[in-house]
This record gives sequence, structure tokens and C-alpha cells, in this order.
Amino acid sequence: MAIDIPRIPLGGGIEDGLNFLTSHYSVVTRGISRVTQSGITVLNEGLMWLPEWALMAIIALICWRVANLRLGIGAVLGLALIWNLGLWDPMIETLTLVVIATVVAVVIAMPVGVLAAMSDRFYSVIMPVLDFMQTMPAFVYLIPAIPFFGIGSVSAIFATVIFSMPPAIRFTTLGIRQVPKDLIEAADAFGATRSQKLIKIQFPLSLSTVMAGINQTIMLALSMVVIAAMIGADGLGSEVWRAIQRLRPGDGFEAGIAVVILAMLLDRITQALRKPKKKTS
Amino acid sequence: MTETDETNIKIQVRGLSKVFGSQPKKALELRNQGKKRPEILEKTGQTLGLSNIDFDVREGELLVIMGLSGSGKSTLIRCLNRLIEPTEGDIVIDGQNIPKLSEKELLECRRRHFSMVFQNFALFPHKTVQENAEYGLEVRGVEKASRVESARNSLKQVGLDGWEDAYPSQLSGGMQQRVGLARALANDATVMLMDEAFSALDPLIRKDMQQELIELQHRMKKTTIFITHDLDEAISIGDRIILLKDGEVVQSGTPEEILTRPADDYVARFVEGVDMSRILTANSALRPVRATARDSDGPRTVLRKMSDNGLDSIYVVGRDRTLMGIVSVDDVDAAAKAGKDTVSELIQNDFPKAGPDEPMNNLFAMFNDKSYPIAIVDDNQRLLGVVVKGAVLEQLAEAGEH
Repeated sequence: MAIDIPRIPLGGGIEDGLNFLTSHYSVVTRGISRVTQSGITVLNEGLMWLPEWALMAIIALICWRVANLRLGIGAVLGLALIWNLGLWDPMIETLTLVVIATVVAVVIAMPVGVLAAMSDRFYSVIMPVLDFMQTMPAFVYLIPAIPFFGIGSVSAIFATVIFSMPPAIRFTTLGIRQVPKDLIEAADAFGATRSQKLIKIQFPLSLSTVMAGINQTIMLALSMVVIAAMIGADGLGSEVWRAIQRLRPGDGFEAGIAVVILAMLLDRITQALRKPKKKTS
Repeated sequence: MTETDETNIKIQVRGLSKVFGSQPKKALELRNQGKKRPEILEKTGQTLGLSNIDFDVREGELLVIMGLSGSGKSTLIRCLNRLIEPTEGDIVIDGQNIPKLSEKELLECRRRHFSMVFQNFALFPHKTVQENAEYGLEVRGVEKASRVESARNSLKQVGLDGWEDAYPSQLSGGMQQRVGLARALANDATVMLMDEAFSALDPLIRKDMQQELIELQHRMKKTTIFITHDLDEAISIGDRIILLKDGEVVQSGTPEEILTRPADDYVARFVEGVDMSRILTANSALRPVRATARDSDGPRTVLRKMSDNGLDSIYVVGRDRTLMGIVSVDDVDAAAKAGKDTVSELIQNDFPKAGPDEPMNNLFAMFNDKSYPIAIVDDNQRLLGVVVKGAVLEQLAEAGEH
């Protein structure tokens, strides 16, 4: 005799919750949507307004200044290839989404990370949440994004922010907790307040670790905005998506290579920022 | 009240105890029943870090707190500025009882009264030497121009001018600790806490730093509390020493008191390894002068004084006991026979003379073939007493027994 255990209506509960949010907070979501959309448009059009060669020169110059000449030359070659393949505009759209998603993620992550570093209780609450955010399959975030923000780039950014934020939080917390105890003790001994310690000691000393977190966030954001093509985000992802639908492996690889080039450039630039050039006297 | 006034108490510590653990009351109860640290740990799982510490810190002195690791000395110094919260007791500085201060008052108290030098320097690696030295003032909100000035001054004091723009990682250990010292000095707090400040330095640099600290301290009269596990260090820099063992004060006193009259076996064992002849001074072998002659005395009076006391030479002093020289029995005898009025023409100056702080091993070399006793005089050349060869040997032998 089998005991009939009723199925726990987990999915139904979540859906009810989401429905409640969408119907009652549509003012909020619509507001966010409008602001984000205009941000995307401005940045997109700004970057598109620049002639291709000018943007290439700017990016190459940044690469050269923060890292070295080799990266600068690499940037020119890579971007020239993207231009040549006719993927310049999708590349710009992807870059825009990555930049905006990263900025939003970092702005949220910093205070959360600092809080988690200062309070053990908050730390023990936030860590499982971060585990959840990171291990939940990325696609799942796309689904609730649509009722909130509709099909398109805003939903893509919403999903991307959630997916890419955890490393920025984790590394910020780690960086601040890693500051040697004796330095904190020294600051305390001289009568530093909590915020004086944070701003003048803990934050500067954890900067390199925090930058590593931001680097991770950018990489995750890039991978997510590509996937977000499934819910109508523009950019290189939609090129890949179209190639899949039309069974054109060549087009798919071309767009894929463009993503790789963009990823490498973003990665190398942020890595170089992480290690500030040694000041010598 | 002047700065040199020895009776001027800067910090008063009374009944200070610290229990590490979640049930301090239980541990203190057992302590009050006379239980010791290991027993309390076994019964309650609480560590009695400090137990009922009483001591005073005098204005302008260099007080050394000494003990082996685990004796509670680092805990004690951190209780003073509440980097570690004391469990019970009073720490009164200028009328403020530190354990009772609110968070805000505590910050203010730390800024005004305490600056600290750490064993591992604890310099901020992202700040230059100059910025490190400014730190205490920066925290206090002193404006840039004046804090640059004070930091520069204190860097000069420790011999680091020219290194302002370097980063700590570019300096040697000794220089890093000078920055630590400059950071503490620039702050101009009333008390300087030094936690094993020189223990991480190699022996030669360490000796230099000790000397410099002594000079600085004498010059600035900054009340200093210095923690160390090294008796040699404690003796060479301390005005007074407090000896800690298992969180309790075993003995306190001047270096010489601790060396010559160890309070118990623990202190005695500590003292064993020290070269006594280097530490003992003329003071401990000083004998009062049995008789002195005045320069106005006639030869017969002097002869009488000498024969009464069994002396074959006698020191001659002026009206206010300033030492004028020595006369020998043969010369005085001859003068008496010649019918001279005074001994003033007979005074010789080739006698050994030293101050009361002269180390014992120097004294030994001063005895010359005439075997006059060594005259011990103060800064104004007044005769304090004499040291005879026998007394030196006796002191050294006694010291050797410990």
C-alpha cells in the first residue's frame, strides 16, 4: 500500500510570488525598465557614433597604457577582424550590455560585500544566497525577467546582473577580510573610526582582490549577455542564435570568435588594472 | 608639578583581570578561591589571562613589563587602550577610567593618550613613509600642512629624513621600525606603548634602537610602557621593571632591585643568565666614608682622624663636602713634624673617582697600585662615599651565586 505523499507545490508557489510582484510592482519595474533602456540607448548610440577606427584607436590606447604595447597591437588586430566580418555593430551592442550590467552589479555588490566582511551574521546569511545565485542554471533567470521587463535588452541586463554579481560580492568580502589583523589593530590603536578604517586602510588594501572579483563579474556578464539573446537581447549572442536556427555553423563560429576577442580584451584590461604599476622612488 | 616629578602618577591600574572565554564570572570566582590558571582552565575551560594586576605608571618614566610568552604581557598592554576588553578592574589615566568609557570617549582617549609601536611594525604598505608617520594625526583630523610638519619632524628624530617618499617595503626591518616609532612620536600622545618593539630586529640593530630609544626618551620625557621577553633589554632600557608570570605580577622595581633581590625562584631563574658585573653599579658597593679631613684642618687633627679609623690615607673635602683630593699618612706625618698649619698643600689628585652609576666591571680596573679606595662623587663633585676593592669582589661573588 503506497502512501500518497502530495507533491510540494514549489514551482506553483514561486510562480504565484512572481505574479504578485509583477502585478503589484509594475510601476517599479516599468521605471527600472525605462531608465535602463535609455541608458542602453545612450551608450550604444555614443559608441556607434564614433567611427570604427576611432574606437579602435581609443581601445588600443587604453590597452597600451594600462598593460603593454603588445596588448594594444592585439586589440587593433582583433577589433579589425570583427569589423571585417561585419560584426562591429553587434559587438558594440554586446559591449554596451556588458558595461551596464557590470556597473549595476558592482554598485550593488560593493556595499553588500563590505557588509558581509564586517558582520559575521550577515556573512552567514548572504553566502548561501550567493551559492544559490551562482549554481542556478543561468537560463532560469531569463524566464522571470520577461514578465518583469518584457522581451529585450532590459531583461537581459536584469538576468545578467543577478548571474554575474556573486563574484564581485565574494571577492570584496574576501579582500576586506584578508587585510592583516595587525594593520587593523594599528588603526584601532590610533583611534580610527570604523569608516576611517574602511576607507583609508581596508579598501585600498583589498583593491587588488576586489578588482579580481570585478574581472570575474565582467566575464560572467559577457557569457550571460550572449545567452540572453534567447530572450531577445541584441548583440553577438543574437548572431549566434540566428546561426543556430538557420543551421549555419560558419556564421556561428564567426560570432563566437568575436565574443572570444571581446572577452580577451576585457579580461586583459581588467587584469592589468589589478596590478598597479610599482611606484619607485 | 614638573615633568620630572617622580611622584606624579600618569596611569593607575587597579585589580585588572582578563578572562578569555564565555564565562568570565566563573573563572574569577575560582580565582578568588585561590585557584591558579591551569586549574581554572581545567575546570571551566576559561583562560585567566590577567589576574588582579596593580601598578602605577609614573609621568615621564620608561616602564618595562617583562615576562615569557604566555605571561600576559601583550594582553596587559592591550587592555590599557582596550584593544582587548578587560574583564574587571580600573585603568585610570588623567582621571578617566578607561574600561568605563563609551565607544566615542574611547576613540578620543586613544587619540589623545596612546600611540603604539608594534612587534611586526604594522606599517601600512600602501602608504609612503611620510603618510605612515602622519597616520595618527590624519585620524585625528589634523589639517594637512601641520601634520606634514609634525611627521617630518618625527622622521628626523628617528634619523629617517630623506626617506619620506619611500614605501615601507623598500626599507630594512630596522628602518621600518623607525617608521613605526616616528608614527608613534608624531601623534604626540601622552603615553607611548611599545609591544616587543625591537624583538623582530637582529641583535646589533636592536642594541642601536635601544640606545636611541633611551636617548629619545630622556630628551622628550615621554611616558613609555615597553613590553619585552628579554631581561637584558628590560635592564638596559627600563627605569622600572614589572615582572609578569601566568598573568600575575611577580615583582616590580628598578633593574638593580630585581637583579640583586629577586622576589622568588622564578625571578631568580630569570636573572641567572645576566652578566652581573655589567649591571651592578658603584652604588651597590658604596660604603659611607668613615672619616674625611677638611682642607682647613691642621696636620695633627688629620693624623688623629686617620689613626682613630685605621686609615693610611684620607679624602679631603671642602665646606660643602666637595671633594678636593686625598692625603697620605706619610705626608701628613712629615707636615706635622715640620709644624705646618694646614694640610692644604699636601692634597694629591691622582686618586680614582667615579659617579654612582659607574658599572662595576669598570670600577675593578680603576684600583691603582696605591690602593686608595675609589671616591664616588655626584654631579656637583660632592663626596657620596667610597668603594673599596673588597666590596667590589664581594658584590661580584654574591651576584655569581644567583
